[in-house]
Amino acid sequence: MLSIFIKIIGVYIATLCFGILINVQPRSLNLCAVVGVLGYLSYVVNNMIFGGYISGSFAGAIAIGVFGMIAARYKKTPVIVFSIPGLVPLVPGGQAYQVMKNIALGNTSLALSYLNQVMMIAGAIALGFLFAELIIQVYNRIEKYIKLKKLEQ
Amino acid sequence: MDLRNNLEHGSKEYNKLVVNICLLASRILIENGSEMSRVTDTINHIAKNADVKDLRSYVTITGIMLSVGGVDAQIMEVNKRAYDLRKIAAVNYYSRQFAEGKISITHFYYLLSKIDNLVTYFPFWMKMVAAALLSGAIEIVFQGNFVVALQTSIIGMLGWTLFVLLNKIIKVEFVNEFTSAVVIGVLALLTVKLGLGNSADDIIIGAVMPLVPGVQITNAVRDLMSGNLISGPARGIEAIIGACALGFGVALSLNWFG
Repeated sequence: MLSIFIKIIGVYIATLCFGILINVQPRSLNLCAVVGVLGYLSYVVNNMIFGGYISGSFAGAIAIGVFGMIAARYKKTPVIVFSIPGLVPLVPGGQAYQVMKNIALGNTSLALSYLNQVMMIAGAIALGFLFAELIIQVYNRIEKYIKLKKLEQ
Repeated sequence: MDLRNNLEHGSKEYNKLVVNICLLASRILIENGSEMSRVTDTINHIAKNADVKDLRSYVTITGIMLSVGGVDAQIMEVNKRAYDLRKIAAVNYYSRQFAEGKISITHFYYLLSKIDNLVTYFPFWMKMVAAALLSGAIEIVFQGNFVVALQTSIIGMLGWTLFVLLNKIIKVEFVNEFTSAVVIGVLALLTVKLGLGNSADDIIIGAVMPLVPGVQITNAVRDLMSGNLISGPARGIEAIIGACALGFGVALSLNWFG
């Protein structure tokens, strides 16, 4: 439990700092980090219940997509401001580095297994984003429909 | 300031201005890491709000072709790619203001062309501290090794600072990534050799994190999945070469000192 708490603080700091490095406006920085933490939390919760890093990345990406969209509407900035820093704890950067290091050192089979992980995680994250977009669009449709019904009455 | 009145709507000059605005806006968006569907979206919004019809655009990651009214197609090349989300937010904000009629079309063009001077940055020391904290935090989250967190922070900060300084001096891509990776690897191995840390791998993974193109890889897959078969692979190749430069740099230092 303590380790998860420490990791959440770590994710918060990492997301905030990545936001500073890619020059996010100060007024959106805190919300960026919150979106990152929410994404990482859904990754952790998914791992506790189902296990597996691919479905975890998918769940995390959905959470980042949905919460990022909510945050973007609240702050009136593009979603990308929240989704790119929020991805930092999920993104397969460490594995991408392992692929290249192992290829250069001649451990080809290890490199291939890491490459597999990179492709799977990147695909899962991209699919998660598409799914989040779907959720938002369905929500918008329902909202519109309810408004129309109210107008008719 | 409002030239919308004396610039006749639908005239050739007006269309030219709209084309230039669309080209500038999409160049800023692509240069700073926006995905392609958002770029096309923004162009269409601007054209709709400027009330021009028959806008045709062809947007790729290395260049944009665009025409309004079926004549006078223009090209804009995109040479550099970086991540600066404040510029994307700024373009979004100006476009919104233009849609609400708060700024005129000429003022919109002026703001876009002066965006390099209008966007503010965090001070350099703050970015250095951010790189240090990012390296340390990522090391703790991914590897869970508390012994080397401080060392990772310092080495990550040095690597990132070297990367940025080299970026300013030499204009050759991927060489700065390679050099920074060599320095990070050598420093990490020296730290372990001197008995200041227990795992060089943990230090390296944390310290290269500010340089690793993980977000670019994900963006490439996103572009591919939205059906952009030119920009997706191009972005992916760029990310792979970046990761290659980092990995080979670290492997070189492992060969020398490992």
